[in-house]
Amino acid sequence: MLSNYLLSWIVFTPMIGFVLVLLMPRDKVSWIRWTTVIFTFIPMILSFYMYAIMNLGDSGFQFVEKYPWITAFNIQYYLGVDGISAPMVILTGLLSFLSVFASWNINKAHKAYFSLYLLLVTAMFGVFLSLDFFLFYIFWELMLFPMYFLIGIWGGPRREYAAIKFFLYTLAGSVLMLVVILAFYFNSTDPATGRHTFDIVTLMNQANQGPFLKQFGVRLAMYIALFIGFAIKVPVFPFHTWLPDAHVEAPTAISVILAGILLKMGAYGLMRISFPLLPDMANYTAIAMAILGLINIVYGALVAMAQTDFKKMIAYSSVSHMGFVILGLASMTFIGFNGAIMQMFNHGIITGMLFLLVGVIYDRAHHRDLNGFGGIATYMPIYAGITSLAFMGSLGLPGLSGFIGEVLVFLGTFKVYPVIVIISATGVIFTASYFLWAYQRVFLGPANEKYKDIPEINGRELFTLVPLALIAVFFGVYPVPFFNLVGPSLTKLLMMVGH
Amino acid sequence: MFSFIEHYIWLIPLLPLLGAATNLLIGRRLSHTAVNVIAVGSISISFILSVLVYIHLISLPVNERHFVDTVYTWIGLGSFQVGLSFLVDPLSTVMILVVSGVGSVIHLYSVGYMHDDKRYSRYFGFLNLFAFAMLLLVLSNSILLMFVGWEGVGLCSYLLIGFWFEKIENARAGMKAFVVNRIGDFGFIVGFILLFTSMGLKTGTWTLDFGVIKSNINLIPVSVLTIVGIMLFVGATGKSAQIPLYVWLPDAMAGPTPVSALIHAATMVTAGVYMVARMNFLYVLAPDALRVIAIVGALTAFFAATIGLVQNDIKKVLAYSTVSQLGYMFIGVGVGAFSAGIFHLMTHAFFKALLFLGAGSVIHAMSGEQDIRKMGGLAKKLPITTSTFIIATLAITGVPGFAGFFSKDDILYNAYISPYGGKFVWALGVTGAVLTAFYMTRLVILTFYGNPRMDHHTAEHIHESPKTMTIPLIILAILSVIGGYIGMPEAFGVHNVFAEFLSPVFASNFNLPEGSISLEWMLMGVSVLAALLGIGLGYYFYAVNTELPDKLAEKFHTTYTWLLNKYYVDEFYLKYIVGGVMKLKDILALFDLGIIDGAVNGAAKLGRKLSEFDGAFDRVVVDGAVNAVGDGIISAGSILRKLQTGLVQNYLIFAIIGLAILLSFVLL
Amino acid sequence: MTLTDYLILSGLLFSIGVFGVLTRKNAIAVLMGVELMLNSANINLVAFCKFVDTGVSGQVFALFSIVIAAAEVAVALAIVIAIYKATRTIDLDKEDTLKG
Repeated sequence: MLSNYLLSWIVFTPMIGFVLVLLMPRDKVSWIRWTTVIFTFIPMILSFYMYAIMNLGDSGFQFVEKYPWITAFNIQYYLGVDGISAPMVILTGLLSFLSVFASWNINKAHKAYFSLYLLLVTAMFGVFLSLDFFLFYIFWELMLFPMYFLIGIWGGPRREYAAIKFFLYTLAGSVLMLVVILAFYFNSTDPATGRHTFDIVTLMNQANQGPFLKQFGVRLAMYIALFIGFAIKVPVFPFHTWLPDAHVEAPTAISVILAGILLKMGAYGLMRISFPLLPDMANYTAIAMAILGLINIVYGALVAMAQTDFKKMIAYSSVSHMGFVILGLASMTFIGFNGAIMQMFNHGIITGMLFLLVGVIYDRAHHRDLNGFGGIATYMPIYAGITSLAFMGSLGLPGLSGFIGEVLVFLGTFKVYPVIVIISATGVIFTASYFLWAYQRVFLGPANEKYKDIPEINGRELFTLVPLALIAVFFGVYPVPFFNLVGPSLTKLLMMVGH
Repeated sequence: MFSFIEHYIWLIPLLPLLGAATNLLIGRRLSHTAVNVIAVGSISISFILSVLVYIHLISLPVNERHFVDTVYTWIGLGSFQVGLSFLVDPLSTVMILVVSGVGSVIHLYSVGYMHDDKRYSRYFGFLNLFAFAMLLLVLSNSILLMFVGWEGVGLCSYLLIGFWFEKIENARAGMKAFVVNRIGDFGFIVGFILLFTSMGLKTGTWTLDFGVIKSNINLIPVSVLTIVGIMLFVGATGKSAQIPLYVWLPDAMAGPTPVSALIHAATMVTAGVYMVARMNFLYVLAPDALRVIAIVGALTAFFAATIGLVQNDIKKVLAYSTVSQLGYMFIGVGVGAFSAGIFHLMTHAFFKALLFLGAGSVIHAMSGEQDIRKMGGLAKKLPITTSTFIIATLAITGVPGFAGFFSKDDILYNAYISPYGGKFVWALGVTGAVLTAFYMTRLVILTFYGNPRMDHHTAEHIHESPKTMTIPLIILAILSVIGGYIGMPEAFGVHNVFAEFLSPVFASNFNLPEGSISLEWMLMGVSVLAALLGIGLGYYFYAVNTELPDKLAEKFHTTYTWLLNKYYVDEFYLKYIVGGVMKLKDILALFDLGIIDGAVNGAAKLGRKLSEFDGAFDRVVVDGAVNAVGDGIISAGSILRKLQTGLVQNYLIFAIIGLAILLSFVLL
Repeated sequence: MTLTDYLILSGLLFSIGVFGVLTRKNAIAVLMGVELMLNSANINLVAFCKFVDTGVSGQVFALFSIVIAAAEVAVALAIVIAIYKATRTIDLDKEDTLKG
């Protein structure tokens, strides 16, 4: 029975937690926190279980749950997981569980915070698991509303601005997506019933798309609309400017979730929807996508270098890292795709670590000015050590997982876009520079007297960081399980885009 | 006899890795003795295993000295497979012996040198980690795995240079090393990606394994191979401190001296030379790339030696000397004399490590002073240090009988006769040899002889170093003497054992022209003369006519200042390259905030203005229309109400008129 | 005398009555006009009864009309007296309290 409804359990268990938290008395903060812990722990374990019993050789969708829902419009409750969504589901489970512990220092309206948090977790799982376009859209939109409040209420000084910017910007993209959803709906035919359909799997079969959708101009417009919608989330230059503000103002745990999971949804959308539904357009615009990836990598790194706010620097480093994903996807090669999805997973882990680490020092010093520290390694050696590991992972040091994703993207994309890869490769220089410069300003040099009593990183914080560090090292040394998980589905995706 | 070792090659890098992990994670809770055992022990065992490998290797017939030990598949993507595989052949055997051997000696030395340091275990953790990365680099069977080691040694270099991070200059030096290396790595990455792609496209084999590349290499066009060769060499200029990316090495002297000895003299910096030698099968097909390497090597050898002439910090002299000697190694591999280059790599590891460790001993004795102008007269108080230092000097200057003579000579001879070298390269090399002899002599005299120039307080503390430091010195001194004899040239009537050992690796359809024995003797003579000239001049300048150096510095003030300030290359890089990037980042950040985010905020402002306009529109136009309708009705009403006169007769009139109209309709 | 003559007479009387109702200022004069209109209708009724109809319904109707006219005048005069008591005038041009 469990495996029949496994995905539904994963998606809706946090929802149960949501309801429970709402029913709790407002002052029982400890109950609220631990309920959230439990109801994020369960889906995480379920996602691990899902991985354990998945059939790794199958390139199609597994644990499928397909039930008619709103029959008047042929909308189905359709969930399924494959090699592309599985790592994302596991990442979501892991980061949402660990981030609860990073939320321990929330000091107001706990009930609201944790209930919104649980709602967000449900929505995120839903996005990665839905295979009905309408259902996908519902979960996608459902994410926005808790995020708005989580940033806007518990965030930093400019939280209202950041929250509304994030919300409206993403919503604008979603609206474009909605137009495409409806266009596909009204011009599609489900071969089984002869009606219009929202079923993504059916829509992947080009034969089910109506004559309106076969026109070049229409397809291009649809692809661009979808691309903009997803590009805003990734974020791809020039749609990235909501990210620095959202990250800086959001509380630590929300930054981790934003960077670790939400950013992946844009790329996931490209892989799940844009590429299979409009493969010819994907190929047609691939070079533009590659150039945007290049801009992300190099421009993102340079602007990161100019930042003095620790969190903003990491935000721009996210822009830079996601550029690799975009470049890898643009390559339309097996190695490139593997690099892209590996980078998605790795970025979630490593940048998740980075934001948790910023949270540690911010909780103590109450500022994030890179120039306002100095010599912290003297007072917090363990913290300095873990941060150096995270920085090294982020700059792609071989031996850690970040390197694998980046080098595979380069190796795969070079045969298609050699010049773009060469220019992107300069990114490695800039990335090393800004990370090491930041590390030097914060940790090295003469110890800043102001912080001589600063407490070392504590057990709770370590608990959130160590699993991520271990994963970063593990996949750097032994990435084969990851490749085995994603391989078949990526091969299938590659076939769908005609390579 | 030790054939079992073929399946345990992975132990050689693993043991230092375990040592590193232990010392880094729990080292603070262990005693110094425990840390020592773990650190020195792990690398010593690696050395013993390397010796076993060597013994096993020579038991095999010459053309079978080659095997691969694969532990597991690291990257497996369909046809593209990269394993955690170790390649053992004569070249890698030489390298692991040098790395683990010299490494063990230096680990032992560090026990004495670092014994007061408060982060003792962390130092050894990093040192072991370095050993792991370097061993991985030289043992790997594929370019990608080698790159892991390549970056790994860069990381450890960063960590160790900036070890005493409380002084910000040390941290900055570490960062400079890492970033400059990264610039080189950019070239390296482009190089191997290009190789990977063109090999894959041309042959359908997607691989980065040395063996597979070697068998398919001639299917790739020469132009591509040349670019690959040059790009890989760019990486080498970063890692091995050649022009233009040598600038990090002198700054790296900020790290503890054993680190300078191990990483920045004996091992890490030789990675570039090793890489060219390993990829010899590519370079022999791309002669233009070889010529580039030879010329860059020669220029660097000369250029760095000129800077070394006037430096006043004992470690800086040695640093520039290292850059210069690396240039010689690149001359060696650049002219196609790969075994000569590796030979010099090995002998240099011995005497340069010795020089640095000796310098460390001096600094230790001088309570931290590094300026040679404040030294002098140390010979009596530091006998072992002095004598070993002199042995190393004799080796580096190429005095016959010592190791450096054979290796340097091998290089210069091959440079002269090789079609990829030529007389210009040879001439630069010889001139560099004169300069080398000069500055080393200067160093020895100013440091150990003459009148003591240090202050009284320091002078009282001068003492010879403890055994943990002097024993390594002695070991290396012995090697600096006898290490050369395995590479004696044929001119002496013996086999060049070293070259023969390495020949299977470099055997190909590439053969250097045969010179003549008489030519070899003649060139040898020239080298010896060069060395003696340099020593003689050095002696004259600093022991005889001691006023002369300062007078010359006065007279040729501009040249002297230029040399002292290293041709202002660092300043140039800082101002234009680093400065350029700094400006660029600020411009882009401003662009991002002002223009792109400005567009977003502008869109928001536009949206708000639009909604204000819309609100006004709604109020004025739409609501106005509604109000107008109301007003209209009221006006109509006020007109119509005039009919209500209140006078009955009027009403009757209207009624009758209405009736009349109706009737007319009905009747007509 | 033919029917037409009586009809003409009746029409004339009606017109005079209408004119009086519509035009006269004095309320009593208006009532006189109403009487004239009623009587003209009576003449009409009787004339038609004599020349067209076989029975006496016309004449009966005329008698009804006279009675009703009398009642109506009584009430109307009572209203005029009430108006006079309230406003001291019976000039119809001055009675416009229902003006809207």
